[in-house]
Amino acid sequence: MSTATPSAADTPTSTTGSRVSLPYVLLGIAGVLLVLSVLQLVTGAGDLGSSGTLRATFVAAVPIGLAGLGGLWAERAGVVNIGLEGMMILGTFGAGYYGYFVGPWAGVLGAIAFGALGGLLHAVATVLFGVDHIVSGVAINIIAAGAVQYLAVLAFTGVPGGGQTQSPRVDDLPALTISAVADPLGDLEAKNWFFVSEVAALLRAVTSNLNVLTVIALLLFVLTWFLLWRTRFGLRLRSVGESPAAAESLGIDVIRYKFVAVVVSGAFAGLAGGFLALVAANGFRDGQTGGRGYIGLAAMIFGNWRPGGLLAGAGLFGYTDTLRLRGGGDTIHGLLLLVAVGLVALAVWQWRRHGQRAALVAALLGVVVALWYVLTSSVPEDLTGMTPYLTTLLVLALFSQRLRMPAADGKPYRKGSAG
Amino acid sequence: MSDQRLKRIALAAAAPVLALVAAFLITSLVLVLAGDSVGGVWGQILSIPEARGLTNIVNSATVYYLSGVAVAIGFRMNLFNIGVDGQYRVASFAAAVVAGEAWLPGWLNTAAAILAAMLVGAAWAGIAGLLRVTRGVSEVISTIMLNAIATALVAFLLRKAAVRDPGSNIVATKEIPEGSRIPGFTLFPGAPNQVYGFVFIAIVVGVLYWLVINRTRFGFDLRATGLSETAAVASGIDVKRMILISMLLSGAAAGLVGLPILFGEAFAYGSTFQSGLGFAGIAIALLGRNHPIGIALGALLFAFLDEQSNPLQILLDVSPDIVKITQGTIVLTVVVAYEVVRRYGVRLEQRQVAAALEAERRPGTPNEEVTR
Repeated sequence: MSTATPSAADTPTSTTGSRVSLPYVLLGIAGVLLVLSVLQLVTGAGDLGSSGTLRATFVAAVPIGLAGLGGLWAERAGVVNIGLEGMMILGTFGAGYYGYFVGPWAGVLGAIAFGALGGLLHAVATVLFGVDHIVSGVAINIIAAGAVQYLAVLAFTGVPGGGQTQSPRVDDLPALTISAVADPLGDLEAKNWFFVSEVAALLRAVTSNLNVLTVIALLLFVLTWFLLWRTRFGLRLRSVGESPAAAESLGIDVIRYKFVAVVVSGAFAGLAGGFLALVAANGFRDGQTGGRGYIGLAAMIFGNWRPGGLLAGAGLFGYTDTLRLRGGGDTIHGLLLLVAVGLVALAVWQWRRHGQRAALVAALLGVVVALWYVLTSSVPEDLTGMTPYLTTLLVLALFSQRLRMPAADGKPYRKGSAG
Repeated sequence: MSDQRLKRIALAAAAPVLALVAAFLITSLVLVLAGDSVGGVWGQILSIPEARGLTNIVNSATVYYLSGVAVAIGFRMNLFNIGVDGQYRVASFAAAVVAGEAWLPGWLNTAAAILAAMLVGAAWAGIAGLLRVTRGVSEVISTIMLNAIATALVAFLLRKAAVRDPGSNIVATKEIPEGSRIPGFTLFPGAPNQVYGFVFIAIVVGVLYWLVINRTRFGFDLRATGLSETAAVASGIDVKRMILISMLLSGAAAGLVGLPILFGEAFAYGSTFQSGLGFAGIAIALLGRNHPIGIALGALLFAFLDEQSNPLQILLDVSPDIVKITQGTIVLTVVVAYEVVRRYGVRLEQRQVAAALEAERRPGTPNEEVTR
């Protein structure tokens, strides 16, 4: 993007591209780190920005992000995919089965294949038979959960280390470490300098002990963005999601594009499940997904059906998930202050831009959160689990006018409707 | 005329039968691919249950039925209440707390708990309804989020409200006092277990659902809005109000889903309380075409499959989860089958009309051929 020819991403008039360019991304990351540093200073919660927390965030965020990417592919082609959770479940089994009986890389492929199988089912039902997208998604979640439990009993009972609900240990995928960079960064992080240490922590998290699958996942984000927003194929795929009748009148094979998109969607969700089984754990476990398919869907909506926003959503949800597991209530409690300040700022902004009602709601919520911060010293562990869902609900409630989903999203299409 | 009606009934019955046959075939295919005995599995599932099994079937059908009705109320309005799961979780917990604390004596306590469950369920669904009418948020997304929030919230509140037996790590609310439980009765002679007394409340809910939908102004408005929102607006129906009310009603019905178990068997809300009944309700409402009797048949079918698959593990070393594949597949095949049958019916009608027209034209004026 730094070449002489001005790329479309830099022109502000471009409305179709996701407006992420490198300077903005870097500024965004720096901003987040700065906020974390300030928070650490103010609240005294020490674990908010350590490299351990950040690395765990990657592990938590990648499955959410991959599931969200799956949702993005399907919904950009106009097919709502509630079945992401089921396809993820299929992915965990594929990873466990082929990961144990063949090898970890076969596990990756198995996860993708099993997820794509779920996508295929969704595509056949919604695209070919015109079944309501939500109905089909619900059915796939039921079928996938049942199928995996059934298959797990068949595959893993009697295998050493395995059982009815889990596979034996699967070998690890390789992890990358650039020790020449990572070691000095570790020293810098240990110095606890304001902001500098946080930057060092992030760089150290990126350069040490980084799983290959994490790298692949990040590349898939870039690839998705490029394919959907910078190629003819992507333009057509998105046109199918915006106005299938218009697309068909231009000679685009709507059914085929939708079909491909939904199968790819399943493959992504499957890989998300595979990541859970191969990287976040070391084998298949029953109930491993724990509703992360839904969080992925939430992250995609949070990100306004764009890869950049989805990445931010997955990062945020992964981060809160990590804090819940590591520090628990104390660290989330530190974030409450940030949320309160954010809500009050939002109230001021909405007062000037839109109207008093939305502003009042935001202000009221801000005051409630602020009171919560002042009156308590820790957020109960059970409640931290609802952070992603509550965030999504808030974003939907406060910004629903600014969110824009594909125009024909969720509407069944029959061939020849172009008239 | 009676011939016509017979044909209509046959067409209506054809779809569910077709769907079941397709689902059974697909399940059999899975069994064959996995190398399990197809005949053995179906032999067990389709065998005639004993009195004990029949009682279990009626009991779990009661629960499924309430869930199906809750979903169907939304469906009639074109609302997709995926949140029945969260709604009955919050509501069951509220009912368990109210009944366990026993502020009122005996049956009054039971009534108060049931009322609390319906109110809490309605309120939880109301959040989604409110977001839909004021902010335009899709109820599908908001109810999914509310499901997860309900899980976390109830886990948190349970820890606050729970009483813990010394030496046990089961966390549960206070047990409902003897006088406030809903007694069961023996429906099948010789059964060692009893049918939930709550089954009567479920029947009342079904009758009320039918009456409200088919015999009231509100029900007419509801169906009209569900069929065509623009036509409803044109005839002066306040669509936003309808959305909110039907979401509240759906949530109130959902609030009852956990209660048969609570008042008939568990007597307390614990961390092991059954979840996932809301999603089964979606399948059952689809299977029963939102009709109160259809939903009852669907609920009985799902309960039958559940009960009959239980001994599969012991008898044949096959995981009983195989019926979940059947149940999920039914959801898909039933929708496809209804669509296929509908199109066939339309074509049949067109052919009939064409034949009738043809028959009328023939003895008429011959110059009609010319004008064509």
